[in-house]
Amino acid sequence: MDFFWAFVVGGFICVLGQLLLDVAKLDAGHVMSTFVVLGCVLDGFDLYDNLLSFAGAGASVPITSFGHSLLHGAMEQADKHGFWGIALGMFQLTSAGIAAAILFGFLVSVFFKPRG
Amino acid sequence: MAKLGKQSWTLNQRVYIQETGTSVGPKESRGPLGDSFDKSYDNLYCGEDNWEMAERKLLQDAIQITLEKAGLKQQHIDMFIAGDLLNQNVSANYTARDMDMSYLGMFGACSTSMETLAVASQLVDAGVADRILTAVCSHNATAERQFRFPTEYGNQKPATATSTATGAGCALVSREKSQIRIEGATIGKVVDFGATNAFDLGSAMVPAAYDTIKRHLSDFGRTPADYDLIVTGDLSSVGSPILKDMLRSDGINIDAVHKDCGNLLYNNDQGMLAGGSGTACSAIVTYSHLLDEMRKGTYKRILVTATGALMNPTLIRQKESIPAIAHSVVLVREEV
Repeated sequence: MDFFWAFVVGGFICVLGQLLLDVAKLDAGHVMSTFVVLGCVLDGFDLYDNLLSFAGAGASVPITSFGHSLLHGAMEQADKHGFWGIALGMFQLTSAGIAAAILFGFLVSVFFKPRG
Repeated sequence: MAKLGKQSWTLNQRVYIQETGTSVGPKESRGPLGDSFDKSYDNLYCGEDNWEMAERKLLQDAIQITLEKAGLKQQHIDMFIAGDLLNQNVSANYTARDMDMSYLGMFGACSTSMETLAVASQLVDAGVADRILTAVCSHNATAERQFRFPTEYGNQKPATATSTATGAGCALVSREKSQIRIEGATIGKVVDFGATNAFDLGSAMVPAAYDTIKRHLSDFGRTPADYDLIVTGDLSSVGSPILKDMLRSDGINIDAVHKDCGNLLYNNDQGMLAGGSGTACSAIVTYSHLLDEMRKGTYKRILVTATGALMNPTLIRQKESIPAIAHSVVLVREEV
């Protein structure tokens, strides 16, 4: 059942993205930022954690999860350090993802011919 | 009398395409016209370090092949007229840096092939130059980067999108008699019907092709039956039917004689969406396959209408619409 719900929820998020591309005519950059904001908003209403425990990877793999982590980290530090905690905490949970993107991007460009 | 109607001309002298040269990338060489091109590469880099250099390599090849076929050297040529799709026409400009002759750079997006050919024929006709090389080039990867998205971005393209052809075509225009004579041309005007979808340039360019073909037939006092072939540059499988419909509603039926270079260039199973496009598209198809067919006698008189979308990415992001232009050149088979 875990696999099933992960597939359904993750797939639903992807369908939403395809509709934003094809029907709303957004370009890929705008679709991505829309999803990040959507993840933040859902986390703001404490909904994304429920979705994560329900759908697992179906909710943690899509980019909406990045938005959720941004807000989560920011709010956690805001509790400890007040207003400036927002800036301190924003990248706390997401730093692993960002560092991985930079590191693997670097490695790929070293070993393969960078294109585009 | 050289001027015909409002936008057309015929040539007073007999001006010919003396020789042509074409070079293409991997997908073009695997397409249905693969055998008609003079040179092909099995890799988009064409043996160079980057794609911009590859594009210039294709252009240099096309020029070199043309000169070799004609048995001429650079010093025999008076002028070089060329264009491409990149900012500041860099492929043509940088290639011209190694050519010891007068140079005119032109930009008409994908219509540049016929724009350069029309102007060259007029200059030769006027006696301003004896021999002129006209050439255009485009490269799929350089065009993707400039007009769309970097390729590694992996942006999805809808089925209406066309694929920029990788290649270059060159024509030597002179009064030296050959089987291909340039009879005249119709210079298009910029037409904008308000299309904004940069992933459907075929449709965006239809009004320009419609306007130029209609104007051409009226200026020359001809009907589509006077041509064995009316070929458009890159209206794609989406734009071509719309063009036929628009002309039909004016009582002009080109169904029997119309083809589109973008549809001729690739096989359906190559995944090229709506077809080929790009400055090179009309040039490599015309300067190889179509002229071959004329030499064989399949076509006696053809009208090549190259279409160009004149937008740039900044203006598209500013929600501007896409203006387009089309230029027509008439080619006639001569018995030698």
